[in-house]
Amino acid sequence: MHAIIEIGYLIATLSFLGGLKFMSSPKNAKTGNLIAAMGMVLAVVLTFIAAVSATVPYINLIIMLLAIAIGTVIGKRVSDKVEMTGMPQLVSLFNATGGGCAMLLGLVEANQMELATVILGNQILLIAGLVTGAVALTGSIIAERKLAGKVKDRRSKTVIISARLLLGLLFLLPVLYFFGIIPIGFTAFMYVLSLIAMIYGVLFVLPIGGADMPVVISLLNSITGIATAFAGFVYGNKAMIAGGIFVGAAGILLTLLMCKAMNRSLMKVLAGTFKKSKNGQVEEEQEIKEISISETALSLSFAQKVAIVPGYGLAVAQAQHICGQLQQLLEKRNVEVNYIIHPVAGRMPGHMNVLLAEANVDYSRLKEMEEGNENMAQYDTVLVIGANDVVNPAAENNPDSPVYGMPIIRTHESKQVIVMKRSMGKGYAGVQNDLFGLDNCSILFGDAKSSLLEIVNQLKLI
Amino acid sequence: MDFINLHIQEIYFVIFCVFIGIEVIANVPAILHTPLMSGANAISGVILVGAIIVMLRVPADDYLNLTLGGIAVFLGTLNISGGFFVTGRMLKMFSPKK
Repeated sequence: MHAIIEIGYLIATLSFLGGLKFMSSPKNAKTGNLIAAMGMVLAVVLTFIAAVSATVPYINLIIMLLAIAIGTVIGKRVSDKVEMTGMPQLVSLFNATGGGCAMLLGLVEANQMELATVILGNQILLIAGLVTGAVALTGSIIAERKLAGKVKDRRSKTVIISARLLLGLLFLLPVLYFFGIIPIGFTAFMYVLSLIAMIYGVLFVLPIGGADMPVVISLLNSITGIATAFAGFVYGNKAMIAGGIFVGAAGILLTLLMCKAMNRSLMKVLAGTFKKSKNGQVEEEQEIKEISISETALSLSFAQKVAIVPGYGLAVAQAQHICGQLQQLLEKRNVEVNYIIHPVAGRMPGHMNVLLAEANVDYSRLKEMEEGNENMAQYDTVLVIGANDVVNPAAENNPDSPVYGMPIIRTHESKQVIVMKRSMGKGYAGVQNDLFGLDNCSILFGDAKSSLLEIVNQLKLI
Repeated sequence: MDFINLHIQEIYFVIFCVFIGIEVIANVPAILHTPLMSGANAISGVILVGAIIVMLRVPADDYLNLTLGGIAVFLGTLNISGGFFVTGRMLKMFSPKK
Protein backbone atom coordinates (compact mmCIF):
# COMPACT_ATOMS: atom_id res chain seq x y z
CA MET A 1 0.00 0.00 0.00
CA HIS A 2 2.74 2.39 0.96
CA ALA A 3 4.54 1.81 -2.32
CA ILE A 4 1.40 2.50 -4.34
CA ILE A 5 0.91 5.81 -2.58
CA GLU A 6 4.53 6.81 -3.16
CA ILE A 7 4.19 5.99 -6.86
CA GLY A 8 1.01 8.06 -6.94
CA TYR A 9 2.84 11.06 -5.50
CA LEU A 10 5.58 10.55 -8.08
CA ILE A 11 3.03 10.60 -10.90
CA ALA A 12 1.43 13.71 -9.40
CA THR A 13 4.80 15.46 -9.27
CA LEU A 14 5.49 14.58 -12.89
CA SER A 15 2.03 15.78 -13.90
CA PHE A 16 2.68 19.21 -12.34
CA LEU A 17 5.90 19.46 -14.27
CA GLY A 18 4.30 18.20 -17.49
CA GLY A 19 1.36 20.57 -17.05
CA LEU A 20 3.67 23.56 -16.75
CA LYS A 21 5.75 22.35 -19.68
CA PHE A 22 2.64 22.16 -21.88
CA MET A 23 1.92 25.80 -21.01
CA SER A 24 4.70 26.85 -23.37
CA SER A 25 2.31 26.92 -26.34
CA PRO A 26 -1.27 28.20 -26.46
CA LYS A 27 -2.29 25.13 -28.44
CA ASN A 28 -1.28 22.59 -25.78
CA ALA A 29 -1.88 24.67 -22.70
CA LYS A 30 -5.38 23.30 -22.18
CA THR A 31 -4.07 19.75 -22.12
CA GLY A 32 -1.38 20.85 -19.69
CA ASN A 33 -3.93 22.25 -17.29
CA LEU A 34 -5.90 19.01 -17.47
CA ILE A 35 -2.80 16.89 -16.80
CA ALA A 36 -1.85 18.97 -13.76
CA ALA A 37 -5.43 18.83 -12.46
CA MET A 38 -5.54 15.03 -12.83
CA GLY A 39 -2.25 14.72 -10.99
CA MET A 40 -3.67 16.82 -8.19
CA VAL A 41 -6.81 14.71 -7.92
CA LEU A 42 -4.65 11.58 -7.84
CA ALA A 43 -2.50 12.96 -5.00
CA VAL A 44 -5.54 13.97 -2.96
CA VAL A 45 -7.44 10.72 -3.54
CA LEU A 46 -4.42 8.61 -2.60
CA THR A 47 -3.84 10.59 0.58
CA PHE A 48 -7.48 10.08 1.41
CA ILE A 49 -7.37 6.34 0.73
CA ALA A 50 -4.37 6.10 3.04
CA ALA A 51 -6.58 7.82 5.61
CA VAL A 52 -9.42 5.36 5.27
CA SER A 53 -7.14 2.34 5.51
CA ALA A 54 -5.58 3.67 8.70
CA THR A 55 -7.72 3.73 11.80
CA VAL A 56 -9.02 7.26 11.69
CA PRO A 57 -12.09 8.36 13.65
CA TYR A 58 -15.18 8.68 11.47
CA ILE A 59 -15.79 12.25 12.52
CA ASN A 60 -12.45 13.35 11.00
CA LEU A 61 -13.32 11.62 7.73
CA ILE A 62 -16.78 13.15 7.58
CA ILE A 63 -15.46 16.64 8.21
CA MET A 64 -12.84 16.21 5.50
CA LEU A 65 -15.29 14.84 2.94
CA LEU A 66 -17.74 17.66 3.62
CA ALA A 67 -15.01 20.28 3.37
CA ILE A 68 -13.76 18.83 0.08
CA ALA A 69 -17.25 18.61 -1.42
CA ILE A 70 -18.20 22.16 -0.47
CA GLY A 71 -14.81 23.51 -1.57
CA THR A 72 -15.07 21.88 -4.99
CA VAL A 73 -18.58 23.15 -5.64
CA ILE A 74 -17.84 26.72 -4.54
CA GLY A 75 -14.61 26.77 -6.54
CA LYS A 76 -16.43 25.69 -9.68
CA ARG A 77 -19.25 28.19 -9.16
CA VAL A 78 -16.94 31.13 -8.55
CA SER A 79 -14.71 30.32 -11.52
CA ASP A 80 -17.71 29.99 -13.83
CA LYS A 81 -19.10 33.35 -12.84
CA VAL A 82 -16.01 35.56 -12.82
CA GLU A 83 -15.57 38.27 -15.47
CA MET A 84 -12.24 38.19 -17.27
CA THR A 85 -11.54 41.75 -16.14
CA GLY A 86 -11.89 40.52 -12.56
CA MET A 87 -9.33 37.77 -13.02
CA PRO A 88 -6.54 39.44 -11.01
CA GLN A 89 -8.87 39.78 -8.01
CA LEU A 90 -9.91 36.14 -8.25
CA VAL A 91 -6.35 34.87 -8.51
CA SER A 92 -5.49 36.95 -5.43
CA LEU A 93 -8.40 35.45 -3.54
CA PHE A 94 -7.48 31.89 -4.48
CA ASN A 95 -3.96 32.68 -3.42
CA ALA A 96 -5.32 33.83 -0.07
CA THR A 97 -7.07 30.47 0.39
CA GLY A 98 -3.80 28.62 -0.25
CA GLY A 99 -2.02 30.81 2.27
CA GLY A 100 -4.83 30.35 4.78
CA CYS A 101 -4.64 26.59 4.37
CA ALA A 102 -0.88 26.66 5.01
CA MET A 103 -1.34 28.77 8.12
CA LEU A 104 -4.10 26.64 9.65
CA LEU A 105 -2.14 23.51 8.86
CA GLY A 106 0.76 24.97 10.84
CA LEU A 107 -1.49 25.70 13.83
CA VAL A 108 -3.04 22.22 13.93
CA GLU A 109 0.26 20.48 13.35
CA ALA A 110 1.89 22.49 16.15
CA ASN A 111 -0.59 20.97 18.53
CA GLN A 112 0.31 17.46 17.35
CA MET A 113 4.00 18.21 17.64
CA GLU A 114 3.67 19.40 21.20
CA LEU A 115 2.39 15.97 22.20
CA ALA A 116 5.27 14.06 20.59
CA THR A 117 9.01 14.54 20.67
CA VAL A 118 10.17 16.35 17.56
CA ILE A 119 13.41 17.62 16.21
CA LEU A 120 14.12 21.32 16.14
CA GLY A 121 14.47 21.42 12.35
CA ASN A 122 10.86 20.38 11.81
CA GLN A 123 9.63 23.00 14.24
CA ILE A 124 11.56 25.69 12.38
CA LEU A 125 10.11 24.51 9.06
CA LEU A 126 6.63 24.55 10.52
CA ILE A 127 7.14 28.10 11.75
CA ALA A 128 8.40 29.14 8.31
CA GLY A 129 5.36 27.58 6.63
CA LEU A 130 2.98 29.19 9.09
CA VAL A 131 4.47 32.66 8.78
CA THR A 132 4.68 32.65 4.96
CA GLY A 133 1.16 31.25 4.74
CA ALA A 134 -0.25 33.92 7.04
CA VAL A 135 1.49 36.74 5.15
CA ALA A 136 0.17 35.37 1.85
CA LEU A 137 -3.34 35.12 3.33
CA THR A 138 -3.80 38.70 4.50
CA GLY A 139 -1.51 40.20 1.86
CA SER A 140 -3.57 38.65 -0.93
CA ILE A 141 -6.81 39.86 0.61
CA ILE A 142 -5.52 43.42 0.77
CA ALA A 143 -4.21 43.11 -2.81
CA GLU A 144 -7.67 41.97 -3.90
CA ARG A 145 -9.32 44.89 -2.12
CA LYS A 146 -6.89 47.29 -3.78
CA LEU A 147 -7.54 45.85 -7.23
CA ALA A 148 -11.25 46.27 -6.60
CA GLY A 149 -10.53 49.90 -5.68
CA LYS A 150 -11.86 49.46 -2.15
CA VAL A 151 -8.61 50.13 -0.29
CA LYS A 152 -6.41 53.14 -0.96
CA ASP A 153 -2.62 53.26 -0.79
CA ARG A 154 -1.32 54.16 2.65
CA ARG A 155 2.24 55.32 2.52
CA SER A 156 2.51 56.99 5.93
CA LYS A 157 5.66 56.60 8.01
CA THR A 158 3.74 54.71 10.71
CA VAL A 159 2.68 51.96 8.32
CA ILE A 160 6.15 51.50 6.88
CA ILE A 161 7.94 51.57 10.23
CA SER A 162 5.52 49.20 11.93
CA ALA A 163 5.78 46.82 8.97
CA ARG A 164 9.56 46.72 9.40
CA LEU A 165 9.23 46.25 13.16
CA LEU A 166 6.87 43.31 12.70
CA LEU A 167 9.15 41.75 10.10
CA GLY A 168 12.00 41.99 12.60
CA LEU A 169 9.83 40.38 15.27
CA LEU A 170 8.97 37.49 12.94
CA PHE A 171 12.67 36.65 12.74
CA LEU A 172 13.57 37.51 16.32
CA LEU A 173 10.77 35.77 18.23
CA PRO A 174 11.50 32.22 16.98
CA VAL A 175 15.17 32.65 17.93
CA LEU A 176 14.21 33.83 21.41
CA TYR A 177 11.72 31.00 21.71
CA PHE A 178 14.20 28.29 20.86
CA PHE A 179 16.68 29.68 23.37
CA GLY A 180 13.94 29.17 25.93
CA ILE A 181 13.53 32.86 26.70
CA ILE A 182 9.79 32.86 25.91
CA PRO A 183 8.20 30.42 28.37
CA ILE A 184 5.02 29.39 26.56
CA GLY A 185 3.92 26.20 24.83
CA PHE A 186 4.68 25.64 21.16
CA THR A 187 1.04 25.87 20.10
CA ALA A 188 0.47 29.12 21.94
CA PHE A 189 3.65 30.51 20.43
CA MET A 190 2.44 29.58 16.96
CA TYR A 191 -0.85 31.40 17.55
CA VAL A 192 1.07 34.53 18.51
CA LEU A 193 3.30 34.26 15.46
CA SER A 194 0.40 33.74 13.07
CA LEU A 195 -1.28 36.86 14.44
CA ILE A 196 1.84 38.96 13.94
CA ALA A 197 2.37 37.53 10.45
CA MET A 198 -1.22 38.32 9.45
CA ILE A 199 -0.85 41.93 10.57
CA TYR A 200 2.45 42.12 8.74
CA GLY A 201 0.78 40.86 5.55
CA VAL A 202 -1.67 43.77 5.69
CA LEU A 203 0.98 46.39 6.36
CA PHE A 204 3.25 44.89 3.71
CA VAL A 205 0.77 45.43 0.88
CA LEU A 206 -0.82 48.72 2.08
CA PRO A 207 1.92 51.10 0.85
CA ILE A 208 2.23 49.50 -2.59
CA GLY A 209 0.66 51.43 -5.46
CA GLY A 210 -2.53 50.03 -6.99
CA ALA A 211 -0.98 49.84 -10.45
CA ASP A 212 1.92 47.81 -9.08
CA MET A 213 -0.42 44.99 -8.15
CA PRO A 214 0.86 42.72 -10.99
CA VAL A 215 4.17 42.58 -9.14
CA VAL A 216 2.54 42.03 -5.77
CA ILE A 217 0.24 39.25 -6.95
CA SER A 218 3.14 37.37 -8.53
CA LEU A 219 5.17 37.83 -5.38
CA LEU A 220 2.39 36.66 -3.04
CA ASN A 221 1.75 33.72 -5.35
CA SER A 222 5.35 32.74 -5.00
CA ILE A 223 5.17 33.14 -1.20
CA THR A 224 2.24 30.69 -1.06
CA GLY A 225 4.29 28.26 -3.13
CA ILE A 226 7.16 28.53 -0.69
CA ALA A 227 4.79 27.99 2.24
CA THR A 228 3.60 24.79 0.54
CA ALA A 229 7.18 23.64 0.05
CA PHE A 230 7.95 24.23 3.76
CA ALA A 231 4.95 22.14 4.75
CA GLY A 232 5.99 19.43 2.28
CA PHE A 233 9.36 19.33 3.96
CA VAL A 234 7.78 18.76 7.36
CA TYR A 235 5.93 15.69 6.04
CA GLY A 236 8.70 14.57 3.69
CA ASN A 237 6.06 14.68 0.94
CA LYS A 238 7.76 15.20 -2.42
CA ALA A 239 4.61 16.09 -4.35
CA MET A 240 4.08 19.02 -1.96
CA ILE A 241 7.70 20.11 -2.12
CA ALA A 242 7.81 19.97 -5.93
CA GLY A 243 4.45 21.71 -6.38
CA GLY A 244 5.43 24.43 -3.93
CA ILE A 245 8.84 25.02 -5.43
CA PHE A 246 7.50 25.20 -9.00
CA VAL A 247 4.96 27.79 -7.94
CA GLY A 248 7.59 29.68 -6.01
CA ALA A 249 9.84 29.72 -9.07
CA ALA A 250 7.01 30.83 -11.37
CA GLY A 251 6.05 33.64 -9.01
CA ILE A 252 9.58 34.96 -8.57
CA LEU A 253 10.26 34.79 -12.30
CA LEU A 254 7.11 36.75 -13.16
CA THR A 255 7.79 39.25 -10.36
CA LEU A 256 11.23 40.07 -11.73
CA LEU A 257 9.88 40.19 -15.27
CA MET A 258 7.23 42.74 -14.27
CA CYS A 259 9.76 44.85 -12.39
CA LYS A 260 12.04 44.87 -15.42
CA ALA A 261 9.17 45.88 -17.67
CA MET A 262 8.47 48.85 -15.40
CA ASN A 263 12.15 49.65 -14.99
CA ARG A 264 11.87 49.73 -11.20
CA SER A 265 13.61 47.56 -8.67
CA LEU A 266 11.53 45.20 -6.57
CA MET A 267 12.55 47.10 -3.43
CA LYS A 268 11.26 50.38 -4.89
CA VAL A 269 7.96 48.79 -5.90
CA LEU A 270 7.51 47.35 -2.42
CA ALA A 271 8.29 50.67 -0.79
CA GLY A 272 5.80 52.39 -3.10
CA THR A 273 8.36 54.99 -4.20
CA PHE A 274 8.93 56.41 -7.67
CA LYS A 275 11.94 57.75 -9.39
CA LYS A 276 11.64 61.50 -8.94
CA SER A 277 12.03 63.65 -12.00
CA LYS A 278 14.93 66.11 -11.88
CA ASN A 279 14.05 69.36 -10.17
CA GLY A 280 13.32 72.39 -12.25
CA GLN A 281 12.23 70.34 -15.22
CA VAL A 282 10.18 72.63 -17.40
CA GLU A 283 7.26 71.07 -19.15
CA GLU A 284 7.46 72.03 -22.77
CA GLU A 285 4.38 73.27 -24.50
CA GLN A 286 3.15 70.58 -26.84
CA GLU A 287 1.39 71.23 -30.04
CA ILE A 288 -1.27 68.60 -30.28
CA LYS A 289 -3.11 67.56 -33.37
CA GLU A 290 -6.65 66.38 -32.92
CA ILE A 291 -8.23 63.86 -35.24
CA SER A 292 -11.92 63.17 -35.78
CA ILE A 293 -13.66 59.83 -35.75
CA SER A 294 -14.35 59.79 -39.47
CA GLU A 295 -10.74 60.65 -40.23
CA THR A 296 -9.63 57.81 -38.00
CA ALA A 297 -11.98 55.38 -39.71
CA LEU A 298 -10.73 56.50 -43.11
CA SER A 299 -7.10 56.18 -42.26
CA LEU A 300 -7.72 52.72 -40.79
CA SER A 301 -9.57 51.51 -43.87
CA PHE A 302 -6.85 52.71 -46.26
CA ALA A 303 -4.04 51.19 -44.26
CA GLN A 304 -2.48 47.86 -45.08
CA LYS A 305 -1.08 47.05 -41.70
CA VAL A 306 -2.64 48.29 -38.49
CA ALA A 307 -1.38 47.74 -34.98
CA ILE A 308 -3.44 48.21 -31.85
CA VAL A 309 -1.64 48.97 -28.60
CA PRO A 310 -4.07 48.26 -25.77
CA GLY A 311 -3.59 49.44 -22.21
CA TYR A 312 -5.55 48.99 -19.05
CA GLY A 313 -7.84 51.83 -20.12
CA LEU A 314 -9.25 49.44 -22.72
CA ALA A 315 -10.25 46.96 -20.06
CA VAL A 316 -11.67 49.67 -17.79
CA ALA A 317 -13.88 50.85 -20.64
CA GLN A 318 -14.86 47.20 -21.31
CA ALA A 319 -13.96 47.90 -24.91
CA GLN A 320 -12.13 44.68 -25.79
CA HIS A 321 -15.15 43.18 -27.60
CA ILE A 322 -15.64 46.23 -29.83
CA CYS A 323 -11.94 46.11 -30.45
CA GLY A 324 -12.37 42.55 -31.70
CA GLN A 325 -15.25 43.70 -33.96
CA LEU A 326 -13.10 46.49 -35.37
CA GLN A 327 -10.43 43.95 -36.19
CA GLN A 328 -12.88 41.67 -38.01
CA LEU A 329 -14.23 44.56 -40.06
CA LEU A 330 -10.75 45.65 -41.06
CA GLU A 331 -9.71 42.12 -41.92
CA LYS A 332 -12.64 41.88 -44.30
CA ARG A 333 -11.05 44.80 -46.12
CA ASN A 334 -7.73 42.94 -46.24
CA VAL A 335 -6.16 45.10 -43.61
CA GLU A 336 -3.77 43.15 -41.41
CA VAL A 337 -4.42 43.90 -37.74
CA ASN A 338 -2.03 42.97 -34.96
CA TYR A 339 -2.03 43.74 -31.27
CA ILE A 340 1.21 44.78 -29.64
CA ILE A 341 1.06 44.15 -25.94
CA HIS A 342 3.39 45.62 -23.35
CA PRO A 343 4.36 43.20 -20.54
CA VAL A 344 2.73 45.37 -17.85
CA ALA A 345 -0.50 46.10 -19.73
CA GLY A 346 -3.44 45.06 -17.57
CA ARG A 347 -3.57 44.30 -13.86
CA MET A 348 -1.62 41.07 -13.83
CA PRO A 349 1.03 39.51 -16.08
CA GLY A 350 -0.55 38.59 -19.43
CA HIS A 351 -3.96 39.97 -18.41
CA MET A 352 -4.47 41.89 -21.66
CA ASN A 353 -3.95 38.71 -23.72
CA VAL A 354 -6.73 36.97 -21.83
CA LEU A 355 -9.10 39.90 -22.34
CA LEU A 356 -8.44 39.91 -26.08
CA ALA A 357 -8.70 36.14 -26.35
CA GLU A 358 -12.10 36.49 -24.72
CA ALA A 359 -13.06 38.90 -27.51
CA ASN A 360 -12.24 36.14 -30.03
CA VAL A 361 -8.94 37.59 -31.13
CA ASP A 362 -6.76 34.78 -32.45
CA TYR A 363 -3.56 34.41 -30.44
CA SER A 364 -1.40 34.58 -33.57
CA ARG A 365 -2.45 38.25 -33.75
CA LEU A 366 -1.12 39.00 -30.27
CA LYS A 367 2.45 40.21 -30.59
CA GLU A 368 4.93 40.71 -27.80
CA MET A 369 6.68 44.04 -27.45
CA GLU A 370 10.01 43.01 -29.03
CA GLU A 371 8.38 41.57 -32.14
CA GLY A 372 6.14 44.60 -32.53
CA ASN A 373 9.07 47.00 -32.22
CA GLU A 374 11.12 45.16 -34.82
CA ASN A 375 8.41 45.59 -37.47
CA MET A 376 7.16 48.98 -36.33
CA ALA A 377 8.14 50.85 -39.49
CA GLN A 378 5.84 48.60 -41.53
CA TYR A 379 2.69 49.70 -39.76
CA ASP A 380 0.65 52.35 -41.55
CA THR A 381 -1.50 53.18 -38.58
CA VAL A 382 -1.04 52.42 -34.90
CA LEU A 383 -4.01 52.83 -32.62
CA VAL A 384 -3.12 53.39 -28.97
CA ILE A 385 -6.09 52.66 -26.73
CA GLY A 386 -5.90 53.47 -23.05
CA ALA A 387 -2.13 53.24 -22.82
CA ASN A 388 0.19 56.12 -22.07
CA ASP A 389 3.55 55.64 -20.33
CA VAL A 390 4.36 52.48 -22.30
CA VAL A 391 4.47 54.45 -25.56
CA ASN A 392 6.36 57.50 -24.25
CA PRO A 393 9.54 58.04 -26.32
CA ALA A 394 11.01 59.95 -23.38
CA ALA A 395 11.80 56.54 -21.91
CA GLU A 396 14.44 56.18 -24.61
CA ASN A 397 15.73 59.64 -25.33
CA ASN A 398 15.24 61.82 -22.25
CA PRO A 399 17.52 60.80 -19.37
CA ASP A 400 15.81 63.35 -17.10
CA SER A 401 12.42 61.71 -17.42
CA PRO A 402 11.15 59.52 -14.56
CA VAL A 403 10.21 56.84 -17.08
CA TYR A 404 13.69 56.84 -18.64
CA GLY A 405 14.99 53.31 -19.16
CA MET A 406 11.60 51.64 -19.21
CA PRO A 407 11.19 49.41 -22.25
CA ILE A 408 8.48 50.90 -24.49
CA ILE A 409 6.52 50.10 -27.61
CA ARG A 410 8.10 52.40 -30.22
CA THR A 411 4.86 53.52 -31.85
CA HIS A 412 6.51 56.79 -32.90
CA GLU A 413 8.50 54.84 -35.51
CA SER A 414 5.36 53.88 -37.38
CA LYS A 415 3.86 55.98 -40.15
CA GLN A 416 0.94 57.31 -38.15
CA VAL A 417 -0.08 57.05 -34.52
CA ILE A 418 -3.58 57.72 -33.28
CA VAL A 419 -3.90 57.92 -29.51
CA MET A 420 -7.36 57.50 -28.05
CA LYS A 421 -7.56 59.49 -24.85
CA ARG A 422 -10.25 60.61 -22.50
CA SER A 423 -8.48 63.90 -21.72
CA MET A 424 -5.00 65.35 -21.61
CA GLY A 425 -4.45 63.75 -18.19
CA LYS A 426 -1.14 62.16 -17.47
CA GLY A 427 -0.33 58.48 -17.22
CA TYR A 428 0.39 56.53 -14.09
CA ALA A 429 3.94 57.87 -13.81
CA GLY A 430 2.56 61.42 -14.01
CA VAL A 431 4.85 62.61 -16.79
CA GLN A 432 4.29 64.45 -20.01
CA ASN A 433 4.20 62.14 -23.00
CA ASP A 434 6.57 63.34 -25.73
CA LEU A 435 4.74 61.20 -28.26
CA PHE A 436 1.75 63.54 -28.39
CA GLY A 437 3.84 66.41 -29.73
CA LEU A 438 5.34 64.44 -32.62
CA ASP A 439 4.38 65.13 -36.22
CA ASN A 440 3.03 61.66 -36.96
CA CYS A 441 0.83 61.56 -33.85
CA SER A 442 -2.78 62.66 -33.59
CA ILE A 443 -5.15 62.40 -30.69
CA LEU A 444 -8.72 61.24 -30.73
CA PHE A 445 -10.45 62.55 -27.63
CA GLY A 446 -13.30 60.70 -26.02
CA ASP A 447 -14.27 57.55 -24.16
CA ALA A 448 -12.52 54.53 -25.67
CA LYS A 449 -15.64 52.41 -25.92
CA SER A 450 -17.94 54.95 -27.57
CA SER A 451 -15.22 56.16 -29.92
CA LEU A 452 -14.51 52.59 -31.02
CA LEU A 453 -18.22 51.98 -31.52
CA GLU A 454 -18.50 55.03 -33.77
CA ILE A 455 -15.42 54.02 -35.73
CA VAL A 456 -16.95 50.57 -36.25
CA ASN A 457 -20.22 52.13 -37.43
CA GLN A 458 -18.41 54.45 -39.84
CA LEU A 459 -16.34 51.59 -41.21
CA LYS A 460 -19.51 49.67 -41.99
CA LEU A 461 -20.63 52.60 -44.14
CA ILE A 462 -17.38 53.18 -46.00
CA MET B 1 22.46 17.27 12.56
CA ASP B 2 19.56 14.85 12.99
CA PHE B 3 17.66 17.13 10.71
CA ILE B 4 20.22 16.93 7.92
CA ASN B 5 20.44 13.16 8.21
CA LEU B 6 16.71 12.85 8.04
CA HIS B 7 16.16 15.27 5.18
CA ILE B 8 19.23 15.06 2.95
CA GLN B 9 17.18 13.52 0.13
CA GLU B 10 14.65 16.30 0.28
CA ILE B 11 17.38 18.91 0.21
CA TYR B 12 18.75 17.47 -3.04
CA PHE B 13 15.21 17.28 -4.34
CA VAL B 14 14.47 20.94 -3.59
CA ILE B 15 17.61 22.09 -5.38
CA PHE B 16 16.73 20.11 -8.50
CA CYS B 17 13.14 21.34 -8.40
CA VAL B 18 14.26 24.97 -8.28
CA PHE B 19 16.37 24.60 -11.41
CA ILE B 20 13.88 22.49 -13.34
CA GLY B 21 11.02 24.78 -12.35
CA ILE B 22 12.80 27.93 -13.53
CA GLU B 23 13.85 26.23 -16.77
CA VAL B 24 10.30 25.06 -17.59
CA ILE B 25 8.54 28.26 -16.60
CA ALA B 26 10.97 30.57 -18.40
CA ASN B 27 9.74 28.92 -21.61
CA VAL B 28 6.14 30.02 -21.13
CA PRO B 29 5.35 32.90 -23.54
CA ALA B 30 4.10 36.23 -22.19
CA ILE B 31 0.71 35.67 -23.83
CA LEU B 32 0.02 32.84 -21.38
CA HIS B 33 1.30 34.48 -18.22
CA THR B 34 -2.10 34.95 -16.61
CA PRO B 35 -3.16 31.29 -17.09
CA LEU B 36 0.33 30.27 -15.95
CA MET B 37 -0.15 32.20 -12.77
CA SER B 38 -3.60 30.92 -12.00
CA GLY B 39 -2.54 27.39 -12.93
CA ALA B 40 0.51 27.64 -10.71
CA ASN B 41 -1.72 29.00 -7.99
CA ALA B 42 -3.89 25.90 -8.31
CA ILE B 43 -0.83 23.67 -8.08
CA SER B 44 0.17 25.34 -4.82
CA GLY B 45 -3.15 23.99 -3.56
CA VAL B 46 -1.29 20.68 -3.16
CA ILE B 47 -0.96 21.95 0.42
CA LEU B 48 -4.33 20.19 0.75
CA VAL B 49 -2.42 16.89 0.95
CA GLY B 50 -0.70 18.23 4.06
CA ALA B 51 -4.01 19.39 5.51
CA ILE B 52 -5.46 15.89 5.05
CA ILE B 53 -2.40 14.27 6.62
CA VAL B 54 -2.69 16.49 9.67
CA MET B 55 -6.43 15.85 9.96
CA LEU B 56 -5.72 12.11 10.22
CA ARG B 57 -3.91 12.60 13.48
CA VAL B 58 -6.29 14.96 15.27
CA PRO B 59 -8.03 13.16 18.14
CA ALA B 60 -11.79 12.83 17.56
CA ASP B 61 -12.63 14.89 20.66
CA ASP B 62 -10.32 17.81 19.89
CA TYR B 63 -13.01 20.03 18.44
CA LEU B 64 -10.91 23.18 18.11
CA ASN B 65 -8.31 21.49 15.94
CA LEU B 66 -10.93 19.52 14.01
CA THR B 67 -12.58 22.81 13.11
CA LEU B 68 -9.32 24.50 12.12
CA GLY B 69 -8.25 21.43 10.14
CA GLY B 70 -11.65 21.28 8.44
CA ILE B 71 -11.37 24.91 7.40
CA ALA B 72 -7.86 24.20 6.12
CA VAL B 73 -9.13 21.30 4.00
CA PHE B 74 -11.95 23.49 2.70
CA LEU B 75 -9.59 26.36 1.76
CA GLY B 76 -7.13 23.99 0.10
CA THR B 77 -9.88 22.38 -1.96
CA LEU B 78 -11.25 25.79 -2.94
CA ASN B 79 -7.77 26.79 -4.10
CA ILE B 80 -7.40 23.67 -6.24
CA SER B 81 -10.87 23.47 -7.71
CA GLY B 82 -11.27 27.18 -8.39
CA GLY B 83 -7.73 27.49 -9.71
CA PHE B 84 -7.93 24.65 -12.23
CA PHE B 85 -11.45 25.44 -13.38
CA VAL B 86 -10.73 29.09 -14.01
CA THR B 87 -7.44 28.29 -15.77
CA GLY B 88 -9.31 25.83 -17.99
CA ARG B 89 -11.89 28.48 -18.78
CA MET B 90 -9.22 30.97 -19.79
CA LEU B 91 -7.28 28.48 -21.89
CA LYS B 92 -10.40 27.46 -23.75
CA MET B 93 -10.47 30.98 -25.15
CA PHE B 94 -6.96 30.54 -26.50
CA SER B 95 -7.86 27.45 -28.51
CA PRO B 96 -7.57 27.95 -32.26
CA LYS B 97 -10.84 29.31 -33.64
CA LYS B 98 -12.85 27.26 -36.13
